[in-house]
Amino acid sequence: MMQAKGKVFKYGDNVDTDVIIPARYLNTSVHAELAKHCMEDIDSTFVQNVQDGDIIVAQKNFGCGSSREHAPIAIKASGVSCVIAKTFARIFYRNAINIGLPILECPQACDAISQGDVVSVDFSTGTIVDETTGQRFQAEPFPPFMQELIAAGGLAGYIAKQNEKK
Amino acid sequence: MGMTMTQKILAAHAGLPSVRAGQLIMADLDLVLGNDITAPVAIGEFDKFGCEKVFDRDKVALVPDHFTPNKDIKAAEQCKCMRSFAHSQEITNYFEIGQMGVEHALLPEKGLVGAGDLVIGADSHTCTYGALGAFSTGVGSTDMACGMATGKAWFKVPSAIRFHLTGKPGRHVGGKDVILHIIGMIGVDGALYQSMEFEGPGVASLSMDDRFTIANMAIEAGAKNGIFPVDSQTLAYLKEHCPKEPKVYEADSDAEYDRTIEIDLGSIRPTVAFPHLPENTKVIDDVGEVKIDQVVIGSCTNGRISDLRVAADILKGHSVAPWVRCIVIPATQKIWKQAMDEGLFTIFIDAGAIVSTPTCGPCLGGHMGILGAGERAVSTTNRNFVGRMGHVESEVYLASPAVAAASAITGYIADPEKIGK
Ligand code: SF4
Repeated sequence: MMQAKGKVFKYGDNVDTDVIIPARYLNTSVHAELAKHCMEDIDSTFVQNVQDGDIIVAQKNFGCGSSREHAPIAIKASGVSCVIAKTFARIFYRNAINIGLPILECPQACDAISQGDVVSVDFSTGTIVDETTGQRFQAEPFPPFMQELIAAGGLAGYIAKQNEKK
Repeated sequence: MGMTMTQKILAAHAGLPSVRAGQLIMADLDLVLGNDITAPVAIGEFDKFGCEKVFDRDKVALVPDHFTPNKDIKAAEQCKCMRSFAHSQEITNYFEIGQMGVEHALLPEKGLVGAGDLVIGADSHTCTYGALGAFSTGVGSTDMACGMATGKAWFKVPSAIRFHLTGKPGRHVGGKDVILHIIGMIGVDGALYQSMEFEGPGVASLSMDDRFTIANMAIEAGAKNGIFPVDSQTLAYLKEHCPKEPKVYEADSDAEYDRTIEIDLGSIRPTVAFPHLPENTKVIDDVGEVKIDQVVIGSCTNGRISDLRVAADILKGHSVAPWVRCIVIPATQKIWKQAMDEGLFTIFIDAGAIVSTPTCGPCLGGHMGILGAGERAVSTTNRNFVGRMGHVESEVYLASPAVAAASAITGYIADPEKIGK
């Protein structure tokens, strides 16, 4: 899964982990259950409208707030293939990588891409293309180990694979 | 080039003579923390690693504090998962109901964090222990699982912002006002990926409880950690609580900082963060007329004994406004007992407040004081995001225990100075 393509859900600055997955649903860690309430407090129609492969584009400090890994899990389990933001809050950044949710920082793309555009992303080159407008943007590509990690579905799978190789 | 205090602790734990900002390191951990929400996810991951035992049963702390005493069946199942893991792994520092407290108040009190330690916790407010001169930071459950399995974690060495503190806080100004003032100034991503290092002559005028509150909310500015120098107050606190020998690290005189911010503690006014971000601050003189429905005094930010004393001092001889529910939550069993022994509960109850057993409870909209649509709370907690304490149309105003207690009396966000004695 080194590429992603989907339609864009666009949000603003400081999308926090409480709106990504409200604490009232944290009495479970079942991925499908979490996905049912993803983005509920900021966008009540997200869950009905999101389709496999869709992409979230936001502004700065995406994922600020709590350390709940449930937040990137909910996003990934809802089918989202990638999150593009100007910057990410650091715990969210770490968690997303660790669970295998691809995330990219690209301020130009975040300013230019609109809600509903179809966007494609190549993780190995870091190229982002807005298919609707034809604009291209360049983000930092993932280093190879991170591509492997994401392909393995996250850090746990990656560690297991590394152990197999030994 | 010199190192910051944080960089020195990281270098020591990575076995390196020096580190620089941006460097990726693998470091040894002194403690790995999890709670009833994050540990079950970590345990699931831990099991996938196919590793039998945690790296050190004395260096893992598990605290059921978020949805406890179990608020519903699902919460009970999560706690059960953590409890069985703690038992099968023979974890020394598992704190059952009866011993439990809100984790970031509990760990220092139990002496589990010492100066110079490196701590990760699957909870964003793990940064609290920076008050003790430790490097501590919040991570997710997968990092917690790896930490439990290997006793190590990778870090990107942060650069730092230096906060040079001078002066002394005035009456009714505490650690909460200081940190809200700072977040209001730099914003919720003002310290993204950075350390917040506090220093200067003003530090001496801040109590340990003030420092815990300040370090606790470093994450609310996006910081990786917040850290205080170790002084005589820190050493006295550690002597009382922590059996470990303190390891004191000081920033080099030529350490490089991204910027230095001067803070005159004497100029800070009681400060309130308006919905829905901790950076939306106003000084008490500018809040205007905000009618409230609930007051919460507690949490890892402000549920310590000095916080309860401040609140009791203001509530004494007064009554909570008839339309306000005032909920007091001592953060740990020890604080609870101390408050009881000091007669603070009588003051709270006579005023018409209630006192809860230690729990995170309403702080994260879990239980014990959820807000309905349109309701407003003044809370001594640390986050006021949309829906944080209940309904998406409810509002949370973050403030100090003094402002919260004064607001409980008047039923409006109030200046503690204006409450007569
Ligand atoms: S009191 Fe609130 S902020 Fe502190 S650990 Fe509990 S839920 Fe988190």
